[in-house]
Amino acid sequence: MIAHSIFFYFFSIIAIISAIMVTASKNTVHSVFFLILDFISISCLFIMIGAEFLGMIMLIVYVGAVAVLFLFVVMMLNVAQQKNQWFASKSSSSHIPVGLIISSIIFFELIIVVGGWKYKPDFIKTNNLYETSEMSNTHSLGQVLYTDYIHVFQISGMILLIAMIGAIVLTYRQREGVKKQSYIKQISRERSEGVEVLDVPSNSGVKIDD
Amino acid sequence: MIEIGLGHYLTLGAVIFTIGVIGIFLNRKNIIVILMSIELILLAVNINLVSFSIYLNDLSGQVFTLFILTVAAAEAAIGLAIIVVYYRNSGTIRVEEIDKLKG
Repeated sequence: MIAHSIFFYFFSIIAIISAIMVTASKNTVHSVFFLILDFISISCLFIMIGAEFLGMIMLIVYVGAVAVLFLFVVMMLNVAQQKNQWFASKSSSSHIPVGLIISSIIFFELIIVVGGWKYKPDFIKTNNLYETSEMSNTHSLGQVLYTDYIHVFQISGMILLIAMIGAIVLTYRQREGVKKQSYIKQISRERSEGVEVLDVPSNSGVKIDD
Repeated sequence: MIEIGLGHYLTLGAVIFTIGVIGIFLNRKNIIVILMSIELILLAVNINLVSFSIYLNDLSGQVFTLFILTVAAAEAAIGLAIIVVYYRNSGTIRVEEIDKLKG
Protein backbone atom coordinates (compact mmCIF):
# COMPACT_ATOMS: atom_id res chain seq x y z
CA MET A 1 0.00 0.00 0.00
CA ILE A 2 2.91 2.32 0.68
CA ALA A 3 4.28 1.60 -2.77
CA HIS A 4 0.92 2.46 -4.25
CA SER A 5 0.89 5.84 -2.59
CA ILE A 6 4.50 6.54 -3.52
CA PHE A 7 3.80 5.77 -7.18
CA PHE A 8 0.55 7.71 -7.10
CA TYR A 9 2.23 10.86 -5.80
CA PHE A 10 5.16 10.46 -8.19
CA PHE A 11 3.03 10.14 -11.32
CA SER A 12 0.40 12.66 -10.29
CA ILE A 13 2.97 15.33 -9.41
CA ILE A 14 4.62 14.80 -12.79
CA ALA A 15 1.20 14.98 -14.47
CA ILE A 16 0.22 18.21 -12.73
CA ILE A 17 3.54 19.92 -13.36
CA SER A 18 3.53 18.97 -17.01
CA ALA A 19 -0.10 20.10 -17.35
CA ILE A 20 0.94 23.49 -15.97
CA MET A 21 3.83 23.58 -18.39
CA VAL A 22 1.53 22.80 -21.32
CA THR A 23 -0.38 26.00 -20.71
CA ALA A 24 2.53 28.13 -19.51
CA SER A 25 5.45 27.32 -21.73
CA LYS A 26 6.34 29.89 -24.33
CA ASN A 27 7.29 27.56 -27.11
CA THR A 28 4.48 25.57 -28.68
CA VAL A 29 6.72 22.59 -29.39
CA HIS A 30 7.58 22.41 -25.69
CA SER A 31 3.87 22.47 -24.93
CA VAL A 32 3.37 19.43 -27.13
CA PHE A 33 6.25 17.63 -25.42
CA PHE A 34 4.77 18.33 -22.00
CA LEU A 35 1.41 17.13 -23.27
CA ILE A 36 3.06 13.84 -24.22
CA LEU A 37 4.64 13.60 -20.77
CA ASP A 38 1.26 14.24 -19.20
CA PHE A 39 -0.41 11.50 -21.21
CA ILE A 40 2.35 9.04 -20.37
CA SER A 41 2.16 9.67 -16.63
CA ILE A 42 -1.64 9.44 -16.61
CA SER A 43 -1.50 6.18 -18.51
CA CYS A 44 1.00 4.90 -15.93
CA LEU A 45 -1.57 5.80 -13.27
CA PHE A 46 -4.25 3.90 -15.20
CA ILE A 47 -2.05 0.83 -15.46
CA MET A 48 -1.28 1.12 -11.76
CA ILE A 49 -4.87 1.09 -10.57
CA GLY A 50 -5.80 -1.84 -12.74
CA ALA A 51 -7.14 -0.39 -15.97
CA GLU A 52 -4.25 -1.66 -17.99
CA PHE A 53 -6.07 -1.89 -21.29
CA LEU A 54 -7.05 1.76 -21.14
CA GLY A 55 -3.53 2.72 -20.14
CA MET A 56 -2.08 1.01 -23.18
CA ILE A 57 -4.79 2.40 -25.47
CA MET A 58 -4.10 5.84 -24.10
CA LEU A 59 -0.42 5.43 -24.89
CA ILE A 60 -1.20 4.30 -28.42
CA VAL A 61 -3.94 6.77 -29.24
CA TYR A 62 -2.83 9.88 -27.41
CA VAL A 63 0.93 9.65 -27.51
CA GLY A 64 1.18 7.77 -30.76
CA ALA A 65 -1.46 9.56 -32.76
CA VAL A 66 -2.88 12.72 -31.28
CA ALA A 67 0.30 14.23 -29.86
CA VAL A 68 2.26 13.41 -32.98
CA LEU A 69 -0.52 15.02 -35.03
CA PHE A 70 -0.17 18.15 -32.89
CA LEU A 71 3.57 18.06 -33.41
CA PHE A 72 3.19 17.77 -37.17
CA VAL A 73 0.77 20.67 -37.31
CA VAL A 74 2.98 22.85 -35.10
CA MET A 75 5.95 22.17 -37.31
CA MET A 76 3.98 22.65 -40.53
CA LEU A 77 2.46 25.96 -39.54
CA ASN A 78 5.71 27.65 -38.51
CA VAL A 79 4.36 28.83 -35.20
CA ALA A 80 7.16 27.36 -33.17
CA GLN A 81 9.05 30.60 -33.45
CA GLN A 82 6.18 32.68 -32.15
CA LYS A 83 7.58 32.99 -28.69
CA ASN A 84 4.82 35.11 -27.45
CA GLN A 85 4.72 36.91 -24.19
CA TRP A 86 2.34 35.44 -21.77
CA PHE A 87 1.12 38.21 -19.63
CA ALA A 88 2.32 41.11 -21.71
CA SER A 89 -0.55 41.45 -24.12
CA LYS A 90 -1.97 44.92 -23.86
CA SER A 91 -5.36 44.84 -25.46
CA SER A 92 -6.88 41.71 -24.03
CA SER A 93 -5.24 41.43 -20.63
CA SER A 94 -8.63 41.91 -19.01
CA HIS A 95 -9.29 38.25 -19.68
CA ILE A 96 -6.72 37.19 -17.15
CA PRO A 97 -8.41 38.07 -13.81
CA VAL A 98 -11.78 36.84 -15.06
CA GLY A 99 -10.23 33.61 -16.23
CA LEU A 100 -8.43 33.09 -12.93
CA ILE A 101 -11.61 33.76 -10.95
CA ILE A 102 -13.72 31.42 -13.04
CA SER A 103 -11.19 28.62 -12.99
CA SER A 104 -10.66 28.89 -9.24
CA ILE A 105 -14.44 28.72 -8.78
CA ILE A 106 -14.53 25.61 -10.96
CA PHE A 107 -11.70 24.09 -8.95
CA PHE A 108 -13.39 24.70 -5.61
CA GLU A 109 -16.67 23.31 -6.90
CA LEU A 110 -14.90 20.17 -8.04
CA ILE A 111 -13.12 19.86 -4.69
CA ILE A 112 -16.42 20.26 -2.85
CA VAL A 113 -17.92 17.52 -4.99
CA VAL A 114 -14.97 15.25 -4.27
CA GLY A 115 -15.25 15.93 -0.54
CA GLY A 116 -18.94 15.19 -0.54
CA TRP A 117 -18.28 11.92 -2.31
CA LYS A 118 -15.52 11.06 0.13
CA TYR A 119 -17.74 11.38 3.17
CA LYS A 120 -20.46 9.33 1.60
CA PRO A 121 -20.86 6.37 3.88
CA ASP A 122 -21.09 3.63 1.34
CA PHE A 123 -20.70 3.23 -2.34
CA ILE A 124 -23.83 2.77 -4.37
CA LYS A 125 -24.18 -0.79 -5.44
CA THR A 126 -24.35 -1.03 -9.18
CA ASN A 127 -25.00 -4.02 -11.30
CA ASN A 128 -21.72 -5.74 -11.34
CA LEU A 129 -20.23 -6.21 -14.73
CA TYR A 130 -16.78 -6.81 -13.46
CA GLU A 131 -15.33 -10.09 -12.39
CA THR A 132 -11.89 -9.35 -11.18
CA SER A 133 -10.45 -12.59 -10.04
CA GLU A 134 -10.60 -14.93 -12.97
CA MET A 135 -10.46 -12.60 -15.97
CA SER A 136 -7.99 -9.95 -16.89
CA ASN A 137 -9.06 -6.39 -17.43
CA THR A 138 -8.79 -6.59 -21.21
CA HIS A 139 -10.74 -9.81 -21.36
CA SER A 140 -13.66 -8.53 -19.31
CA LEU A 141 -13.66 -5.20 -21.14
CA GLY A 142 -13.83 -7.01 -24.44
CA GLN A 143 -16.70 -9.14 -23.23
CA VAL A 144 -18.68 -6.07 -22.27
CA LEU A 145 -17.67 -3.91 -25.21
CA TYR A 146 -18.75 -6.23 -27.98
CA THR A 147 -22.00 -7.36 -26.42
CA ASP A 148 -23.69 -4.72 -24.31
CA TYR A 149 -22.13 -1.69 -25.95
CA ILE A 150 -21.97 -2.90 -29.52
CA HIS A 151 -24.14 -0.12 -30.92
CA VAL A 152 -22.14 2.57 -29.20
CA PHE A 153 -19.00 0.91 -30.48
CA GLN A 154 -20.28 1.01 -34.05
CA ILE A 155 -21.30 4.63 -33.65
CA SER A 156 -17.83 5.53 -32.44
CA GLY A 157 -16.41 3.86 -35.53
CA MET A 158 -18.73 6.01 -37.63
CA ILE A 159 -17.51 9.09 -35.75
CA LEU A 160 -13.93 8.23 -36.60
CA LEU A 161 -14.82 7.66 -40.25
CA ILE A 162 -16.65 10.97 -40.48
CA ALA A 163 -13.76 12.74 -38.77
CA MET A 164 -11.35 11.26 -41.27
CA ILE A 165 -13.50 12.30 -44.22
CA GLY A 166 -13.95 15.76 -42.73
CA ALA A 167 -10.25 16.28 -42.20
CA ILE A 168 -9.46 15.19 -45.74
CA VAL A 169 -12.18 17.37 -47.24
CA LEU A 170 -11.08 20.38 -45.21
CA THR A 171 -7.43 20.20 -46.05
CA TYR A 172 -7.71 19.00 -49.65
CA ARG A 173 -6.74 21.52 -52.26
CA GLN A 174 -6.68 21.34 -56.00
CA ARG A 175 -3.26 22.21 -57.27
CA GLU A 176 -2.70 23.89 -60.60
CA GLY A 177 -0.25 22.56 -63.12
CA VAL A 178 -0.08 19.02 -61.84
CA LYS A 179 -0.54 16.33 -64.47
CA LYS A 180 -2.81 13.56 -63.37
CA GLN A 181 -3.87 10.29 -64.84
CA SER A 182 -7.54 10.21 -65.72
CA TYR A 183 -8.84 6.73 -66.21
CA ILE A 184 -12.12 7.73 -67.76
CA LYS A 185 -10.29 9.82 -70.33
CA GLN A 186 -7.99 6.95 -71.10
CA ILE A 187 -10.59 4.28 -71.56
CA SER A 188 -12.96 6.50 -73.50
CA ARG A 189 -10.43 7.22 -76.21
CA GLU A 190 -11.48 5.92 -79.54
CA ARG A 191 -9.75 5.25 -82.79
CA SER A 192 -11.40 8.13 -84.58
CA GLU A 193 -9.97 10.75 -82.23
CA GLY A 194 -6.69 9.04 -81.54
CA VAL A 195 -5.46 8.16 -85.00
CA GLU A 196 -5.66 10.18 -88.12
CA VAL A 197 -4.62 9.08 -91.57
CA LEU A 198 -3.03 11.81 -93.57
CA ASP A 199 -1.94 12.15 -97.08
CA VAL A 200 1.68 13.09 -96.97
CA PRO A 201 2.73 15.19 -99.88
CA SER A 202 6.21 14.44 -100.96
CA ASN A 203 9.04 16.83 -100.11
CA SER A 204 6.95 18.96 -97.74
CA GLY A 205 5.95 16.79 -94.79
CA VAL A 206 3.00 17.30 -92.50
CA LYS A 207 2.27 19.71 -89.73
CA ILE A 208 1.26 18.10 -86.47
CA ASP A 209 -0.78 20.10 -84.05
CA ASP A 210 0.34 20.08 -80.46
CA MET B 1 -2.74 10.73 3.19
CA ILE B 2 -0.86 7.48 2.79
CA GLU B 3 -3.90 5.42 1.92
CA ILE B 4 -4.72 6.24 -1.68
CA GLY B 5 -8.46 6.27 -2.22
CA LEU B 6 -10.96 7.48 -4.73
CA GLY B 7 -10.66 11.03 -3.45
CA HIS B 8 -7.03 11.30 -4.46
CA TYR B 9 -7.79 10.37 -8.05
CA LEU B 10 -10.77 12.71 -8.18
CA THR B 11 -8.63 15.52 -6.81
CA LEU B 12 -6.03 14.85 -9.49
CA GLY B 13 -8.77 14.98 -12.09
CA ALA B 14 -10.07 18.25 -10.66
CA VAL B 15 -6.60 19.81 -10.70
CA ILE B 16 -5.93 18.84 -14.31
CA PHE B 17 -9.41 19.99 -15.38
CA THR B 18 -8.81 23.36 -13.77
CA ILE B 19 -5.41 23.68 -15.42
CA GLY B 20 -7.08 23.01 -18.75
CA VAL B 21 -9.71 25.70 -18.12
CA ILE B 22 -6.99 28.15 -17.08
CA GLY B 23 -5.12 27.30 -20.26
CA ILE B 24 -8.15 28.15 -22.36
CA PHE B 25 -8.73 31.47 -20.59
CA LEU B 26 -5.20 32.73 -20.25
CA ASN B 27 -3.85 31.65 -23.59
CA ARG B 28 -2.25 34.46 -25.53
CA LYS B 29 -0.42 32.37 -28.05
CA ASN B 30 -2.04 30.32 -30.73
CA ILE B 31 -5.07 28.17 -31.07
CA ILE B 32 -3.11 24.93 -30.94
CA VAL B 33 -2.49 25.48 -27.24
CA ILE B 34 -6.24 25.90 -26.75
CA LEU B 35 -6.78 22.55 -28.46
CA MET B 36 -4.19 21.02 -26.15
CA SER B 37 -6.04 22.46 -23.15
CA ILE B 38 -9.20 20.79 -24.39
CA GLU B 39 -7.27 17.54 -24.56
CA LEU B 40 -6.22 18.09 -20.94
CA ILE B 41 -9.85 18.59 -19.91
CA LEU B 42 -10.87 15.37 -21.65
CA LEU B 43 -7.97 13.62 -19.93
CA ALA B 44 -9.26 14.79 -16.54
CA VAL B 45 -12.70 13.43 -17.38
CA ASN B 46 -11.06 10.14 -18.31
CA ILE B 47 -9.26 10.03 -14.96
CA ASN B 48 -12.56 10.52 -13.14
CA LEU B 49 -14.33 7.83 -15.15
CA VAL B 50 -11.56 5.27 -14.75
CA SER B 51 -11.16 5.83 -11.01
CA PHE B 52 -14.90 5.57 -10.43
CA SER B 53 -14.94 2.44 -12.54
CA ILE B 54 -12.17 0.83 -10.51
CA TYR B 55 -13.47 1.81 -7.09
CA LEU B 56 -17.10 1.00 -7.85
CA ASN B 57 -16.10 -2.26 -9.49
CA ASP B 58 -18.13 -1.52 -12.57
CA LEU B 59 -16.76 -1.68 -16.08
CA SER B 60 -19.05 0.88 -17.70
CA GLY B 61 -16.72 3.72 -16.81
CA GLN B 62 -13.85 2.20 -18.72
CA VAL B 63 -16.05 1.51 -21.73
CA PHE B 64 -17.13 5.13 -21.79
CA THR B 65 -13.54 6.22 -21.38
CA LEU B 66 -12.82 4.39 -24.62
CA PHE B 67 -15.58 6.33 -26.35
CA ILE B 68 -14.32 9.61 -24.94
CA LEU B 69 -10.90 8.69 -26.31
CA THR B 70 -12.47 8.17 -29.73
CA VAL B 71 -14.27 11.48 -29.66
CA ALA B 72 -11.13 13.26 -28.46
CA ALA B 73 -9.11 11.85 -31.32
CA ALA B 74 -11.77 12.85 -33.85
CA GLU B 75 -12.00 16.31 -32.33
CA ALA B 76 -8.25 16.80 -32.46
CA ALA B 77 -8.12 15.74 -36.10
CA ILE B 78 -10.96 18.02 -37.18
CA GLY B 79 -9.72 20.94 -35.11
CA LEU B 80 -6.21 20.70 -36.47
CA ALA B 81 -7.58 20.47 -40.02
CA ILE B 82 -9.58 23.63 -39.45
CA ILE B 83 -6.49 25.34 -38.05
CA VAL B 84 -4.44 24.30 -41.08
CA VAL B 85 -7.09 25.67 -43.45
CA TYR B 86 -7.32 28.90 -41.49
CA TYR B 87 -3.56 29.33 -41.51
CA ARG B 88 -3.48 28.72 -45.24
CA ASN B 89 -6.11 31.38 -45.81
CA SER B 90 -5.07 34.09 -43.42
CA GLY B 91 -1.46 33.39 -42.50
CA THR B 92 -1.86 33.54 -38.75
CA ILE B 93 -3.35 31.52 -35.96
CA ARG B 94 -2.63 33.86 -33.11
CA VAL B 95 -5.58 34.27 -30.83
CA GLU B 96 -5.70 38.05 -30.91
CA GLU B 97 -5.59 38.30 -34.67
CA ILE B 98 -8.37 35.88 -35.43
CA ASP B 99 -11.37 38.12 -35.87
CA LYS B 100 -12.91 37.03 -39.12
CA LEU B 101 -16.28 36.43 -37.51
CA LYS B 102 -16.21 39.82 -35.73
CA GLY B 103 -17.55 38.26 -32.56
